[in-house]
Amino acid sequence: MTPDGSLLVAQDLHKTYGSTPALDGASFSVHPGEVVAVMGPSGSGKSTLLHCLAGIVTPDAGTITYAGREISSMSDAQRSALRRSDFGFVFQFGQLVPELTCLENTALPLRLNGVRRKAAERTAREWLERLEVDDIAAQRPGEVSGGQGQRVAVARALVASPKVVFADEPTGALDSLNGERVMELLTESARSANTAVVLVTHEARVAAYSDRDIVVRDGRARDLEYVV
Amino acid sequence: MSIGHTLLGLLESGPRHGYDLKRAFDEKFGHDRPLHYGQVYATMSRLLKNGLVEVDGVESDGGPERKRYAITDAGITDVSAWLEQPEKPEPYLQSTLYTKVVLALLTGRSAADLLDNQRSEHLRLMRTLTDRKRKGDLADQLICDHALFHLEADLRWLEMTAARLDQLAEVVAP
Repeated sequence: MTPDGSLLVAQDLHKTYGSTPALDGASFSVHPGEVVAVMGPSGSGKSTLLHCLAGIVTPDAGTITYAGREISSMSDAQRSALRRSDFGFVFQFGQLVPELTCLENTALPLRLNGVRRKAAERTAREWLERLEVDDIAAQRPGEVSGGQGQRVAVARALVASPKVVFADEPTGALDSLNGERVMELLTESARSANTAVVLVTHEARVAAYSDRDIVVRDGRARDLEYVV
Repeated sequence: MSIGHTLLGLLESGPRHGYDLKRAFDEKFGHDRPLHYGQVYATMSRLLKNGLVEVDGVESDGGPERKRYAITDAGITDVSAWLEQPEKPEPYLQSTLYTKVVLALLTGRSAADLLDNQRSEHLRLMRTLTDRKRKGDLADQLICDHALFHLEADLRWLEMTAARLDQLAEVVAP
């Protein structure tokens, strides 16, 4: 049985790298517009869980259902199409394309979805304004601060109106003040757009921006919402 | 917190009535715990006795008498001394949580579940504070941040302890 109205549900995921089990029976669910924090110590399998949920990694066993479709049985091409149309991503480091300006970086997901340059950059600029970094639109990632770069990354993750944003330690490289502001902007923007957020973090103060949290230990996730 | 020193400090900007003092205190420091009138008047009479404040005037306006208090030079010196003295860090060496964890281990109950429940409780409060911070002004943010950082420290201890439960079980075994 899956939780009613869930957008993304994983059941009993298993994944082994070599002889090391990364996931050992992990279950998870998220509703539309919900912010769920995935917590746990380093090496507990929380990033592997995120990669499986986002269709980046295929689990050895278990099922992942997104909006009623089984992700693990899709082809690679179908999965990348899904990631482009419905998912957004924010990581800890090095995610912006260094050769492109911050505006071009933000517009990239729309351009990949076939939106024309002018329209894409207009929407991108709106998102940069919302994330309070429209003043650096013409600069390249190497010319801006870590906090500014991360706001650009958040703008890019949300620009194509995804249904789910996957954020893996999105504030890991920022100081407290910048990290908090990024979390505030990310969760506010996502909630107002009814975008779900899967937030991997080991920091409790970051997790406190979520609606709910689950803990991954030794590859097993305890999702209290989840009824087996 | 020393209410006496805080009220004294509030008087430095000029004489005030007891009621004004209470209002200023509640607005700036008493979000969760506003002062009782009784506390204000008891504190002021102590400060008066110790020569740290003096009565600047008495008004009645037809109603009950209201004293207006002013800070004395001795009072100003007292506020300075208080601000210059660092607070004693509290090491919480005798924590109830630690006792509960050890008792759980000694009695064969699940210490891991105990830690997990405590963890959720802490995070629930952190969520409430984060929400309040988001909706509040800068003063609210700073007050909530102070509480959040302490709760976060507790949570880190909970995580560390959870990771060392097997070792701890051996150490405390009867």
